[in-house]
Amino acid sequence: MLRTLIQNGRVIDPSQNIDRVTNLLIEEGRIAAIDAPADSSAHVIDATGKLVVPGLIDLHVQIREPGFEEDETIESAAYAALAGGFTSIAAISETNPPVDSAAAVTYLGRQASEADHCNVYPVACVSSGRHGEEMAEIGILHNAGAIAFSDGQRPVSNPELLRRALEYTLMFDRPVLNRPEMVELSRDGVMHDGSISTVLGLAPMPAEAEDVMAARDIRICEATGGKLHLLAISCSGTVEILRRAKDRGVSVSASICAYQFALTDEAMRGFDTSLKLNPPLRSQDHIDACIAGLNDGTIDVIASGHAPRSSEKKMCAITEAPFGMVGLETALGLVGTHLVKSGKVDWPTVVRAMSTNAAKVLGIEKGTLQVGADADVTIIDPDLAWKVDTSAYRSKSFNCPFQGVMLTGRAVETIVGGITKFRYDGT
Amino acid sequence: METPGFLEPFKGRWTKRHLLDLESLSSDEITLLLDVAQAFKESTNNCRTKLSVLTGRTSVNLFFEDSTRTRTSFSLASRRLGADVIEFSASSSSLSKGETLLDTAKTIQSMCIDTLVCRHKAPGTPQMLAENLDCGVINAGDGPHEHPTQGLLDILTIRQHRGDLAGKTVALVGDIAHSRTARSNIWGLQKLGAHVIVCGPSTLVSRRWEEFGVEVSYDLDSILERCDVLNLLRIQFERQYTRPFPSVREYALLYAMDRKRMQRAKSDILIMAPGPINRGVEITPEVADGEHSVILHQVNNGLAVRMAAMWLLNEGRATT
Repeated sequence: MLRTLIQNGRVIDPSQNIDRVTNLLIEEGRIAAIDAPADSSAHVIDATGKLVVPGLIDLHVQIREPGFEEDETIESAAYAALAGGFTSIAAISETNPPVDSAAAVTYLGRQASEADHCNVYPVACVSSGRHGEEMAEIGILHNAGAIAFSDGQRPVSNPELLRRALEYTLMFDRPVLNRPEMVELSRDGVMHDGSISTVLGLAPMPAEAEDVMAARDIRICEATGGKLHLLAISCSGTVEILRRAKDRGVSVSASICAYQFALTDEAMRGFDTSLKLNPPLRSQDHIDACIAGLNDGTIDVIASGHAPRSSEKKMCAITEAPFGMVGLETALGLVGTHLVKSGKVDWPTVVRAMSTNAAKVLGIEKGTLQVGADADVTIIDPDLAWKVDTSAYRSKSFNCPFQGVMLTGRAVETIVGGITKFRYDGT
Repeated sequence: METPGFLEPFKGRWTKRHLLDLESLSSDEITLLLDVAQAFKESTNNCRTKLSVLTGRTSVNLFFEDSTRTRTSFSLASRRLGADVIEFSASSSSLSKGETLLDTAKTIQSMCIDTLVCRHKAPGTPQMLAENLDCGVINAGDGPHEHPTQGLLDILTIRQHRGDLAGKTVALVGDIAHSRTARSNIWGLQKLGAHVIVCGPSTLVSRRWEEFGVEVSYDLDSILERCDVLNLLRIQFERQYTRPFPSVREYALLYAMDRKRMQRAKSDILIMAPGPINRGVEITPEVADGEHSVILHQVNNGLAVRMAAMWLLNEGRATT
């Protein structure tokens, strides 16, 4: 019988309120015991000084296959996920054709299982063709294995469509993941609307473009009772609107991208196209409000917002460049550096946001170290200082503004179903 | 490559490789550029004499946006200094065949270019090229960001007519939001000690400029009497989705410089416009052509300023 004992690590499992130095036993691909005694017959992993946490789950990963394999394949995304400490990812379609058919969902699942890296959960389109007009065949997509519905970076602009989708998905108890952005207010925008955009003459993406849409989405969610998740929020106004909604019991949740904590809009002074992001880098007051929201549970999840784009697509004028940066391999390091090391957020809150809550939002039986659960475990060295090196990336794209930057904290071992799928060896 | 005597005092004083903006220049650097431009004007028969200070050097005009004056002015400046000039337009280039901007620029550079003059609709494009190329880069306008030689020629024009900038009040009127000329003027004027007012419809004039020590006004009539200089910026109809003001008629009523407003202005007010001007919108014909108008001086100063920038960037540097 295959037994692995992860010894002497700080086991943090928010799903059971566990946070103590102890041993974790894995047997036959499942969690067998916490506080297990030393066991000479087991394969032993020494986790002294490390964190042992339920496998991290990235709820916001852009998938580019089929259609844009030059940016990323499902295989390379899943491999990059492992290197970033993620044992599961929600694959949100930014593909051509879009994932709006059972065949597309099945294809995604097959590519993922052939890659055999981490768990890949397909997220299918809300609207047919991602056109934002008619509902996709949500029931059929659900039966094919889609765990959530989203038009990805395209917000559902039509309020009637959002209402229908939130009502319809209730039948399957599945969430709708929507990007709150009123595009008429951020059209042609390149960066956060503030004094820096004023000086640089770059078209603005005002905070209220997010706030207004978040308020609308939440109100529709409240009216329908559907499950709404706001993807990639970034503004203080949105945090406030969310907090009030949660106080009155609306079934809404929200995530934020890890990069949001690392830099402010001041960084745009370099006109670096790899910093052209949606949501854009915000000013410090917005970041502070989001950190407060993370600490009081208003923001549920930290995701990577992984958006791979091949380098030639970013080698152009900033107005023409596509949005996004790769994030799978740096998300945890950014969080470790900018939230934990800086003393603003503690590790249990991070684990809750990057595993426990992500599983809850997606409605998947992951994100826990309960006895009997799948042995998806991430071992994190919280003090490891490492340098970002895009040439060693598992991702196919290098659109990362953190090249050469030192980060603190990273996954050193990623275990999926009891099997070590990634071990950090210095690269 | 002999240096004429009038340029001797300026040798070795410029240290920057590029001219990308006025925001990052010191007042000394701005003054040096203005002084050299003035010297060219005075010592070369108002920039008519052809020199050979940049013989053997090559500059390229890489314009991704239409331009008549700025392009012509840069070409002439290079030629007056003895340099060779290559003209390059986006429409006739490989960019229309899918080549990336940077590849195009690198290809051009490999023709042994010393100075690249770039205009592009996207802010930051000249900076991106500067970071990736070995030659000097002059920003000839990057979207709404900056247009440093335009800012310099405006300031030179004021200096010629009114002397020292310190303590002068200069109002930039019109579409500040989309104006690179406004931004270059703001930084250049402030560094030389002028008080800058931005004035126009609230949809085109951000309150945020106050954070940078700029006075913000929506009411031309209330600031008019305090102004030594009015720089009337063109309304850029081509850059907007939803019109930022209801009608041209209404704009002209609120902001156009006309005879009536002239009567209330200081008796020695200078009227400037970076052009191309929309007669009857920002400015009425009698004001544009009137005795206070220095619009054509601005154009003439453009040549001197561009000769100064071209010479300073090349002076003291080996050919690439």
